[in-house]
Amino acid sequence: MTNPLTAPRGAPIIAVSNLVKQFGRFAALRGVTAEFDSGKFHLILGDNGAGKTTLLRALAGLTAPTRGEISILGKNPHEASQEIGYMAHPSLLYDEMSGMENLRYFARLYDIAGYSRCEQVIRAVGLDPELSRPVGKYSQGMRQRMSLARAILHDPRILLLDEPFSNVDVHSAREMVGLLKGMCDAGKTIFVVTHQAALLEGVADEFVWMQAGQIVDRTNGLARGPLPSGDVRAVEP
Amino acid sequence: MKSFWSITLATLAKDIRLEWRSKDALNAMLFFSLLVVVIFVFSFDPLAEESRHIVGGLVWVAFLFAAVVALNQTWARELRNQVLDAYRVSPAPANALFLAKALGNFILVSLLEALMAPLFVIFYNLRVLGPAWQLIPVALLGTWALVVNGTFFAAMSLRTRSRELMLPLLLFPVSIPAVLGMVAGTTNILTGENPAHFYIVLLLTYDVVFTTACLALFETVLQAE
Repeated sequence: MTNPLTAPRGAPIIAVSNLVKQFGRFAALRGVTAEFDSGKFHLILGDNGAGKTTLLRALAGLTAPTRGEISILGKNPHEASQEIGYMAHPSLLYDEMSGMENLRYFARLYDIAGYSRCEQVIRAVGLDPELSRPVGKYSQGMRQRMSLARAILHDPRILLLDEPFSNVDVHSAREMVGLLKGMCDAGKTIFVVTHQAALLEGVADEFVWMQAGQIVDRTNGLARGPLPSGDVRAVEP
Repeated sequence: MKSFWSITLATLAKDIRLEWRSKDALNAMLFFSLLVVVIFVFSFDPLAEESRHIVGGLVWVAFLFAAVVALNQTWARELRNQVLDAYRVSPAPANALFLAKALGNFILVSLLEALMAPLFVIFYNLRVLGPAWQLIPVALLGTWALVVNGTFFAAMSLRTRSRELMLPLLLFPVSIPAVLGMVAGTTNILTGENPAHFYIVLLLTYDVVFTTACLALFETVLQAE
């Protein structure tokens, strides 16, 4: 594998090897092995329970694999945390504080001095930094945008976004897609888990199809041929 | 190191701001302690001399139970919207979070003690016969003993199904040496019959040992699933 720290766009930035994650007797990931290129927009698709969220959480360092290895920029997810931005299905924000107050707190966690960066990212997601309303009183769309602002606050090279468009109206979702496309064009590596794949057709570089805890196909578009038989291997717990 | 203290203070300030806005823990603790004091007053009607012997126990039992209410609240707000995950994915040290939470709880419980102590003095007609200043180290060290373990065990029981039951089950047995030190130290100071130095040293040792252990183990607790 090319050294990801010096690798040009398109070289692997994340490598997972034989990744297994079990919750009790249930295996959420069953031996996932893959490399993901830098500067690309990866869309992860699959039915409920396919292992998409578990894979994203493992890449973010929130779930320790039962077996296997994850290498992000040549490091483990915890060591690479400065380079990872993570947005989950819940907002990961304090409802009782305003968006700006939330971001000021999270900025301190990343050693970001001053508040100009907070204002910058709030404006970047189309919100007003002066908004004093607590996040708990935001609309769902505003909350999703603020959640994205938190994820990009420290200017990470890799963005892991879990259902960023859920409960967001089509217009706002398209705006968010445009923002993500711009970030990808600027060299960020983006992973999006969503059930609204049509929104990202023509934007995503790669469609990663998951089923039963495995990556079963990787395509350049939403069209996908029938699954070859025997493609999904069972892994003994 | 600068970053560690900066994150600790930022987290502490954030927690105080959230508590100031909701007052969830403070209100619950105040009402709970007030109820305990009133129930004790109706249950016992001691003479001034008897009061000095039992109030040490009553005070600390009331504060111990009230502290559990605050300790549960501390982490509950980190579970809403899974905000704790935002901390876990950041490069911020786990110990900074633990220390901020413990300091926040220490401030809350100390505030409660400052508000409730005059009530105990009035209801039990207390007059300190020993060196009264020693009540300050006993209170400070005793409160830290409660909150440092309480913060740790509250984090441990965070993902359990019945965490409000788990916390006292884990915390109370471990706190027995500290409770002994607080109660005996307070009683000795109130009665003036024996010196309280031994219990102050006991509390100090307990605090050093358990603070070190909690700081050493907290990262494992934070990253547990």
